[in-house]
Formats: sequence, C-alpha cells, structure tokens
Amino acid sequence: MRWLKAFGAFWWDFLVGDTPELLIGVLVAIGLVALLVKASSLNGAAVAVFPAAVVLLLGGSVYQARRAKH
Amino acid sequence: MHPTTSAVTLAVAVFLASAVESVEALTIIVAAGVSRGWRSALTGMAAALGALVVLVAALGPALVYLVPVNVLRAVVGALLLVFGLQWLRKAVLRAVGLKAKHDEDAIFKQHVDALTLSERPEPADRGRVDATGFVVAFKGTFLEGLEVVIIVLGLGGGDHQLGLASAAAGTAMLVVAGVGVVVARQLAGVPENAMKTVVGLMLTSFGTFWAGEGLGVRWPGSDLAILVLVGGYAFVTWALVVLARPSPSPVSSEQARA
Repeated sequence: MRWLKAFGAFWWDFLVGDTPELLIGVLVAIGLVALLVKASSLNGAAVAVFPAAVVLLLGGSVYQARRAKH
Repeated sequence: MHPTTSAVTLAVAVFLASAVESVEALTIIVAAGVSRGWRSALTGMAAALGALVVLVAALGPALVYLVPVNVLRAVVGALLLVFGLQWLRKAVLRAVGLKAKHDEDAIFKQHVDALTLSERPEPADRGRVDATGFVVAFKGTFLEGLEVVIIVLGLGGGDHQLGLASAAAGTAMLVVAGVGVVVARQLAGVPENAMKTVVGLMLTSFGTFWAGEGLGVRWPGSDLAILVLVGGYAFVTWALVVLARPSPSPVSSEQARA
C-alpha cells in the first residue's frame, strides 16, 4: 500500500507538479472539443475553440503565478 | 505539410527537448562524479539508462502497435499539451523575472555542497561503488531521461516516426555528453530558457494537433496546421512576456530621473 502511494505520488509530482490547473484545464478542453466534434457540423468550432482554450489556460496560469508573487 | 518538413520539425523538437533534459542530467552526474567518485556516478548513470531502455522496450511497441491510433494520439497529445504548457509557463515566468533562471552552475554547486557534506567513502573503499553517488546519478538520469522517453514516444509514436525521434534524442544526448566532456562544468553557457521556450512551443503545438486529431478534429490544411499553431502560440507567448513584465516602481523611476 505504501509502495502504491509512493508510486502514485511520484507520477503526480512528475506530471502535475505545482500546476494542477494545467492538467485539469487540458482535460476540460479535451472534453469540450470531444463534445463539439461529436456534432460533425461543429468541426470549425472545435478548430477554433481548442487553441483558444490552450491560450486561455496558459494566460490564466501565468496570471495566477504573477498574482501569487505580488 | 510536406512529409520532409513534418519530419524535420519533429526531429528538431525532439532534439531540443532531449538536449535540455540531457544538460540537466549531466549537471547532476558531473556533480556526483566530482564529489563522490566517477565510478559511482557513471554506474548510476548506466543503470538508469538500462532501466529506461527496458521501459521503452516494454512500453514502446505495445503503445504504438496495440493501442488504436486515435486513442494513442488523444492521450499522447494531452500529455504533450500538459508538458508543453508547463515549459511555456516556466519560460514566460523566467523571462519576466518572476522565476529564477535555471542556473546550471548554481545547481551544480548546490549538488556538490550537499554531496560533500554527507559521509565520504573511506579511501580503502574507493574501489567500491559509493551508494550516495550512485543513487544521485541514477535518480538524475532516470527522471530527466523519463521526460525524454515520454517526448520521444509522444512525438515519435503519434506520427509513426519512432525511429527518427529516437535517433534525434540519441544524437542530442551524444552532443551534450561530448560538449560536457570538453567544457566540463561550464554548463551555464547553454541558452536553456530560449531552448525551453522553443521546446514548449513545439510540444504545445504538436499536443494540440494530435489531441485534436485523436478526438476527430479535421484541421484545415492538415499537417500545415502545426506551423500555424507554432506561430500563434509563439505570438501569445511573446505577448504574455510583454504583459506580465512587472511595471517599474515609482521609486525606481524617480531614481532614474535623479
């Protein structure tokens, strides 16, 4: 059990570290894009929404870090 | 995109990412070698490389040949996207001074100090492998190498270019090792933040593209969309650096006038 916990902690730290908002944001963006793609007529929206969501995520994370420092 | 252009973009991305990770690993290995003995450091490095080879041999073919390509692209794309965003965020914060630059000299000194403080092997034991030096070199090589493995499997596997991605990563490691032998401890000369920004842009762009493809998005212009994504994200990164730069304090403005 302890080994499993340590294994999980290693991967959490390796993949997520101190930016859980990026992982959660990417998963939400992917979920949103998956929903848009399901309705085939919304492919254009998915093409625009995905990069926009990525930009928002990066901007939000930088803004959060900037606020935390001041 | 022409297949050659696509392959070159992929090879450059893997090469740069692997070079950055190799520099970080080399700093730790050299620190362990200088303070605990080269035998321990090199054994630790070799053991870590062996463990990584086993990992790639076990997971690589299974990932590429057994997992449906769309599922692989979506998962790998998401992973690359998270990695890429982390690299870009750090690069922006470093560029505006909100995060200390990755100073390999300082990290080297920190490791050497910590390793020198712990009990050194007795002269009679010098022929044996020192456990501390071994573990530090193993951990440094394994962790940085694991990132290289994920990037190689991600970028190479997503586009069925595993051989090319592995070759680019191997070349980067050899180049860094060669330069490391020549310049020994002068690793701070590597423009790491600029390289990390480029790698972050590549990982984020490939991640967006492949996660989208895996989900069924039909990108206009097919592979050409990767270049558009790289350009767009580069512009956003530059804009963030300009916007997030702290404004000069009133005191320093007055000082400047005086």
